[in-house]
Amino acid sequence: MALKSENFAGSGTFSKGVHPPERKQFSADAPIEVIPTPKEVIIPLQQHIGAPSKPLVKPKQEVEYGDLIGDNEAFISAKLHSPIFGVVQKMAVTTLPNGRHVPAIRIKASERQFTDKENYRELMGGRWSKSVVGYDPDEVTRAINDAGIVGLGGAAFPTHVKIAPGKKPVDTLLVNGCECEPYLTADDRLMRDIPDTIISGALLSRFAVGIKNIIIGIEENKPEAIESIRKAAAGTDIKIAVLKTKYPQGSEKHLIKAVLNRVVPMGGLPADVGVAVSNVTTMTVVARAVIRGMPLTHRVVCVTGGGIVQPKNLLVPFGITYRALIDFCGGLTKDAARILSGGPMMGFSFSDLDMPLTKGTGGITVLTHDDIRKEKETACVRCGRCVDVCPMNLVPARLAVASRHRDLAMAEKYKIRGCVECGCCAFVCPASLPLVQQIRVGKALIIASKK
Amino acid sequence: MSDTTQQNQPLQDESSEVPVIQVGHSPHLSNESFTTRRMMIDVLIALLPVVGMSVYIFQMYAVKQMAICLVTCLAAEAAFIKMRNRSFSLTDCSAAVTGIILGLSLPATAPWYVGVIASVVAIGIGKVIFGGLGMNLFNPAMVGRAFVMIAFAGVMAASGYESLNTGIDAITQATPLNAFKQMGISTSLTDLFFGLTNGSPGETSALACLIGGIYLCIRRTASWEIPAGIIAVVLIMGGLADIMGSASNWTVLHHLFSGSLLFGAFFIATDPVSSPLTAKGKFIFGAGIGFFIMVLRFFSGYPEGVMFAVLFMNALTPLLNRWTIPAAMGE
Repeated sequence: MALKSENFAGSGTFSKGVHPPERKQFSADAPIEVIPTPKEVIIPLQQHIGAPSKPLVKPKQEVEYGDLIGDNEAFISAKLHSPIFGVVQKMAVTTLPNGRHVPAIRIKASERQFTDKENYRELMGGRWSKSVVGYDPDEVTRAINDAGIVGLGGAAFPTHVKIAPGKKPVDTLLVNGCECEPYLTADDRLMRDIPDTIISGALLSRFAVGIKNIIIGIEENKPEAIESIRKAAAGTDIKIAVLKTKYPQGSEKHLIKAVLNRVVPMGGLPADVGVAVSNVTTMTVVARAVIRGMPLTHRVVCVTGGGIVQPKNLLVPFGITYRALIDFCGGLTKDAARILSGGPMMGFSFSDLDMPLTKGTGGITVLTHDDIRKEKETACVRCGRCVDVCPMNLVPARLAVASRHRDLAMAEKYKIRGCVECGCCAFVCPASLPLVQQIRVGKALIIASKK
Repeated sequence: MSDTTQQNQPLQDESSEVPVIQVGHSPHLSNESFTTRRMMIDVLIALLPVVGMSVYIFQMYAVKQMAICLVTCLAAEAAFIKMRNRSFSLTDCSAAVTGIILGLSLPATAPWYVGVIASVVAIGIGKVIFGGLGMNLFNPAMVGRAFVMIAFAGVMAASGYESLNTGIDAITQATPLNAFKQMGISTSLTDLFFGLTNGSPGETSALACLIGGIYLCIRRTASWEIPAGIIAVVLIMGGLADIMGSASNWTVLHHLFSGSLLFGAFFIATDPVSSPLTAKGKFIFGAGIGFFIMVLRFFSGYPEGVMFAVLFMNALTPLLNRWTIPAAMGE
């Protein structure tokens, strides 16, 4: 089934992994809508991996849509821009779903704002050129840095760092359109609704770094997206890899293995095997930054799950509260039980809906009591199911025991740092053990012991 | 988690529209269809053909032996768990599995106290002393059986069934392995395959063990690597013996279908707790069992070696786990 019509070195899949229920139907058929501009946005200074941004605005200062409000002094950091017209308020401290407390710039919206239509047209609509003629590679790189672009697949690693010329030659740009997390459909919708923007962004990124090949990897459970991207890519040399639907196909190491049959060394980066991996959403904002000079202020977020009255895919400004998004989708249903930033396999659960949405969040999943029902935790019977599914080929049961007993030497011996916390082991565990959580504790202990 | 939900239910009804939000760690979904309890129930289902065959051949003797072991195992589990002040864990069905397997592996005619003692030892010394389910080093049923095998060697030698009142002639004979070991008499392969011979109730029918065993492997409740390792080594060593022409008319297929080889391969050696975690470790574990079974059958005074082979490899399991840490992706 996998890897139709193109010749790739990989087999279209990777070994092990799991098949959680897909449940994409909640929001897959809802076209992208624009959410009305909120009355206030809260822009955390740390939305990315690396050093926090340095605030450039003072309270009471007026800012315009797209104004630079946070700068990146360190190399691994990102710039921040105002997503609305408004007035800066007193600095605040906000909590993010991952539990971090970070300082944030609050901006109160002024009367004048773009209408939803204007927002859509500027950010997504219109024609997107597939020609890179007239651009200079440095100009593209600078535009990406100036726009504050970070990887929008979830890790939020600054993109200008990723494309900075490194020592290792990179031959392939792998665009990640897998979206292997159950429920989430934001990437699917982007591929269906604005494929030209993705193609445009990919061509520009390749041009900036001087990469030879572009491959877009999409799981085979998104036939409309595959068709749409294929049409948009016609006439270019971009290849499309149709991959087997399996979790975690969208993990960059597993995507590289499935498409190119290359293995990223443990603790290494895709560049070590000549690959740069970037999410489809990131490609759209690269195109927007280079072609239209627009900074990263908005993204598409999928609000979905059985606990949402009307699941939707929304174009939203950063700094908007989770509450605003959920309310716009009709609110929570009576049996809503758990609210996640991200999908059900790796997302963070939280209860404070007044937290702001940040660059790395592509989905809000609300699960019902039925979804999260779990058997009571029992003893590990060493059945080895976790070993059978671990896509990193680890022994999760032993890692969990090592972490629980604080046996750091054993944890290292069983290669705890290889764990990507994808959750396959805990998903299948017949004893319902919190394996990932225990492994996280073990990792934290190791980091603490090295300090 | 579900307790909280239930407690909060009335509140939810009173305020009508307010959902009850909880937090938890990822992953937030779990595969409900496969639980520890379900694994144990799978084993019980897989044992059905074996139980049916043993009741058909040994009739009330088999029923009585299984009932004694089952009841004693459950009672012992309850008693020991109470002594340790742990929550009651009979619902995981693991004690029931130990009881049935023990009942099937003791001679049907062994006196009642043999079954009782074996069961108490299996649960107490085999399992609870190590810390309960999941912590035991050895297969509990085999610990119980080994204890009575040595303590009651006379009644455990399954050759004294002459007075048995059963419809099948075979029961009045020595077990096939004993008959061969002591008198050089070979049993027909068909009888061995269908199980119309003497022996412990669970072990006689190769067919019943295969049906149940294949079900377990398909369900992935048992890891196929273990029986595959055992059977492969038995075939190789038995085949070599055939080629060398040593053992007259006792062929490799006799080895495969006789004694508790298939019962042990599918139901005893596959106990997840006392076998290795990784696929490679499981195969080595199975191969080791196969090797020791054949060594014991060829060279020891005992006609059969499955129990000792399993116990021996159980002891090696922690080492096998250490030796077979898989290479992580990208290593």
